[in-house]
Amino acid sequence: MSEARKTMLLLGGTSDIGRAVAAQYAARGWNIILTVRDAAAGERNAADLRVRHNANARVVTFDLFRAEDQDALLRALDATPDTVVSALGMLGDQTRAETDILHARDIIVANFEGPALLLGPFAEQMATRGTGTIVGISSVAGDRGRATNYVYGSAKAGFTAFLSGLRNRLASRGVHVLTVKPGFVRTKMTEGMKLPPALTAEPAEVARRLYRAAEEKKTDVIYVRPVWRLVMSIIRAIPEARFKKMKI
Amino acid sequence: MIISGWGNYPRVETRWRTPQDDADFTRRLKADGPGIARGAGRAYGDAAIGSNTTLSTRHLDRMIAFDPASAVLTVEAGVLLSDIIDVFLPRGFFPPVVPGTRFVTIGGMAAANVHGKNHHISGGFGRHIQSLTLITADGTQLVCTPTQNAQLFRATIGGMGLTGIIRDVTFRLIAVETGLIRQETIVLPNMDAVMGSFEDSRNWTYSAAWIDGLARGASLGRSVLFRGEHALRSELPPLTDPQMRALHPPRLSVPVYLPNVTLNRLSVRSFNALYLRYNRSHAGTHLVPLASCFFPLDAIAHWNRIYGRQGFLQYQCVIPRSKSRDALGEILEIVATRGSPSFLAVLKLLGPDDAGMMAFPMDGYTLALDFPASEKSFSLCAELDDRVLAYGGRIYFAKDARQSRDLVEAGYPNLAAFREIRRQSGAFARFGSLQSERLGL
Repeated sequence: MSEARKTMLLLGGTSDIGRAVAAQYAARGWNIILTVRDAAAGERNAADLRVRHNANARVVTFDLFRAEDQDALLRALDATPDTVVSALGMLGDQTRAETDILHARDIIVANFEGPALLLGPFAEQMATRGTGTIVGISSVAGDRGRATNYVYGSAKAGFTAFLSGLRNRLASRGVHVLTVKPGFVRTKMTEGMKLPPALTAEPAEVARRLYRAAEEKKTDVIYVRPVWRLVMSIIRAIPEARFKKMKI
Repeated sequence: MIISGWGNYPRVETRWRTPQDDADFTRRLKADGPGIARGAGRAYGDAAIGSNTTLSTRHLDRMIAFDPASAVLTVEAGVLLSDIIDVFLPRGFFPPVVPGTRFVTIGGMAAANVHGKNHHISGGFGRHIQSLTLITADGTQLVCTPTQNAQLFRATIGGMGLTGIIRDVTFRLIAVETGLIRQETIVLPNMDAVMGSFEDSRNWTYSAAWIDGLARGASLGRSVLFRGEHALRSELPPLTDPQMRALHPPRLSVPVYLPNVTLNRLSVRSFNALYLRYNRSHAGTHLVPLASCFFPLDAIAHWNRIYGRQGFLQYQCVIPRSKSRDALGEILEIVATRGSPSFLAVLKLLGPDDAGMMAFPMDGYTLALDFPASEKSFSLCAELDDRVLAYGGRIYFAKDARQSRDLVEAGYPNLAAFREIRRQSGAFARFGSLQSERLGL
């Protein structure tokens, strides 16, 4: 390898989508740093990247819910990565979140506060350097709040808005910000659910589209399956007076 | 959830579980009733359908370590053979043994002690396993090697998952210079000719024959024998692509179950005639890609649907070499007379195999036949069983959905010792498949 390899930092390195994203970057010769809560699970994935892709992969333990871990993470990196991808998040349980305020808070921290507060400092470093790519995996659920998942959806909406603002501010300073809205994805989070095949992507498909949008085409916002853009435009266009009576 | 093996017979309701990692497997073992691990579901019959619970190894899909100097690879049991080929062929390595499909898991290959076209030289997959980790009945992990926990190791190779859940496997890859096989095709008029040709081909790394199951009389055993070697760089004509890359995914697919009448005497006879004519005109030596030598059927996704919804049986037996001529002659005669068309019929000379207590291969000829799952086929197979029993042969568990206890007890001399290990280790109460219950394994 004569050419200096680029480095991708993956926040949330043990999710199925995260794993596919890491594989996609590793296959193209990137160095990979995974942040994980469970060191053993992270090392298991890092070893897989090393064997399959001859990749330079390492693990930093990091818990989104522990504020002190953020400083430790920033200290553990010897340089600002070329690309930072956030695959952080948790679906949670909407019904439980309606009465269990701590659970609702966890969902909001995991999907909005945590990723936003973490990406902020990396974006600053990239702006100073004058180059860099930030990728946030948000959700179509953030496009409109619905009865069945509005705690998760509102947190993702917040994250989407944060990414949009970040993009707006840093576009002129060499920092590219990509928002990814995967739609349904066949992962352990959705294992056993009956999902419509036309709207459901495999993790590898998410990763391929993400890589192309982040590193090649420099797209701003992608729906992994383009049909989702249409579906969500229709859902967003329904007047609130009518929407509030619907079950969708 | 209703599942079946690759043969789509039988179809059975099972408690389907998909543990995320080995700790999750241990939890599942404690929470659920007796069950069996299932990899890619490529066993044909009921070997990977749990007696109560079926535990998918699909999430045990990480590669763990590889040392390029020794070519020793360690992977979790749910890693697909196709992934290993796609990752390592570009680096100049190939698995030491491959079965007829690459869409199997490594755990499944160990549990069935699969054999390939090189069995007479290289033995089964089990011979190449240096070490494996077994999740045992009490949920602990035991490292088993030919010298450490050796008895359990030997019971696990070919043990059809009945000693525990195989968590990971360590084995050595072989070095190859190209992704091509130098393959020689020989058309042979009858049984004696093809067996003679197998004996002549003992020094070839790979050999197997397609056999025309409908030929009778003087043409009984009419075959096309393929033998091959990994092509060396120096053998390639200038500018030839050495094809050291990931294999192409299936180009064709059978999208739906075909009607039951698709495979009949006439269509199979026509196919066989065309196939013979094609190979007569292509006899001789050619360079062929690995995939078309080892995995011709992988080119067609869901090929098992050609037998229709009722599914099919694969009948694979092996007969000791000294009795092969008589036994195979009688078996082929019965098949040709009954007129049950076998779309796929494969003959291969195997070597001795002592890697596993329940290993299927032996020094002798193995014959594999496909039949639609029908009453007629069941009685035909029962008739073939009598021949196998009479000549001291046995049936391959990975293909079986119907053999009898008598045949297993006669064919597998280590069965009593295997059962004893199952009882002593606690596996008997924890690990069971429909097959192990049916056959009292």
